[in-house]
Amino acid sequence: MCDTCGCGNSDTEYTLLRPGMADEHLSAHAHDHSHDHPHSHSHDSSEHTHHHDHDHSRTLNIEQDALQQNNLVAERNRGFLEAKEILAVNLVSSPGSGKTTLLEKTLVDLSSSLGFFVIEGDQQTANDAARIQKTGVPVIQVNTGSGCHLDAEMVYRSVKELKITDHAVLMIENVGNLVCPALFDLGEKFRVVIISVTEGDDKALKYPYMFQSSHLCIINKTDLLPYVDFDVEKFKEYALRINHHLEFIELSAKSGDGLNDWYSWIKKQTK
Amino acid sequence: MHEFSIALNIVKLTEENAKKANANKILAIDIEVGKFSGVVNDALRFAMESATKETMLEHAQINLIDKEAWAICEECHHKFSIENFADVCPECHSVRYTITQGKELRVKSIEIE
Ligand SMILES: Nc1nc2c(ncn2[C@@H]2O[C@H](COP(=O)(O)OP(=O)(O)OP(=O)(O)O)[C@@H](O)[C@H]2O)c(=O)[nH]1
Ligand SMILES: [Mg+2]
Ligand SMILES: [Zn+2]
Ligand SMILES: [Zn+2]
Ligand SMILES: [Zn+2]
Ligand SMILES: [Zn+2]
Ligand SMILES: [Zn+2]
Repeated sequence: MCDTCGCGNSDTEYTLLRPGMADEHLSAHAHDHSHDHPHSHSHDSSEHTHHHDHDHSRTLNIEQDALQQNNLVAERNRGFLEAKEILAVNLVSSPGSGKTTLLEKTLVDLSSSLGFFVIEGDQQTANDAARIQKTGVPVIQVNTGSGCHLDAEMVYRSVKELKITDHAVLMIENVGNLVCPALFDLGEKFRVVIISVTEGDDKALKYPYMFQSSHLCIINKTDLLPYVDFDVEKFKEYALRINHHLEFIELSAKSGDGLNDWYSWIKKQTK
Repeated sequence: MHEFSIALNIVKLTEENAKKANANKILAIDIEVGKFSGVVNDALRFAMESATKETMLEHAQINLIDKEAWAICEECHHKFSIENFADVCPECHSVRYTITQGKELRVKSIEIE
């Protein structure tokens, strides 16, 4: 429920937070719905039958993608980021696969040679942004509230707020969710899906949309392989059935094993 | 869950179009739902019900039109209808194919007055 106007557009409300600025909202109420309510015939609720005949009705061809609004903003983001030669990466995974841990390591190891900026997406709390903040990299937290994914508008506003510089690397940690973020283009150059070996090797078959739309798949927590029933080759075979262009990197964000492959991938994309 | 965001997008998009056409009300809407659109019909219908409240689409008839999915094999160029992302080409059993139809979620048309 929108508390400015009382309309039911709860999904369009989100807040941007800068860690260190406590709970001070950068945009107390991010509105992207218009407030004119075009009630054509406002009958009182007791007489809800429509007596008028509809002879005067006509058909209007639309032929537009239902997500066109998001797609347009995403394209605008993409154009802006490309013009500034910024590498934007959308990190997606189930909750807890290790997105923030991997980012922390990456920022500590690479931020002396590359300029990073981070957008953290979570439904609630600025915990992840606070973790990133400790590495000294500029970060903004988007709290999506009841929304379970980032959208292009949120990224647009965050990028503006971050005052991102040319040639930077923008890491966007999406809300932990393997379903909806697949449908919302943010304007990123690459989508990277992270799966941890504690999740089951048939994950790609269960959540095909995310694997279909990703460029790279990171298999994380490989330090736990001796303790779990995760067949890496079987996982890859299933994932390639869903998306035969998918690339893989196996690593452990905890032990550091395989991190160099990930770093090489980032460096290759920034060349 | 994402069906609700999508429903809001549909409301915004169709209201814009209807206003441009000087309409007062949207009586019906035709939406094409591809097999691989990532949207569940029932969830979308349910989301549309609440997203259309107090909009030009209130009480509009929601027509969801299912669209099947097609793919073309990159190896043997066979065209086939596909049921599942994990399907293989029925001719050569390759997984290297491109989906050509079925990912769309399109607002086809609206009936206005
Ligand atoms: N053993 C092991 N644990 C890991 C590894 N990477 C992350 N973890 C642990 O997994 C848990 C979740 O890690 P996060 O980095 O917070 O995961 P996330 O994907 O950011 O989670 P959300 O933001 O909540 O979706 C933490 O307890 C991490 O310490 C790893 O490589 N090995
Ligand atoms: Mg996190
Ligand atoms: Zn509002
Ligand atoms: Zn309102
Ligand atoms: Zn969502
Ligand atoms: Zn074939
Ligand atoms: Zn191919």
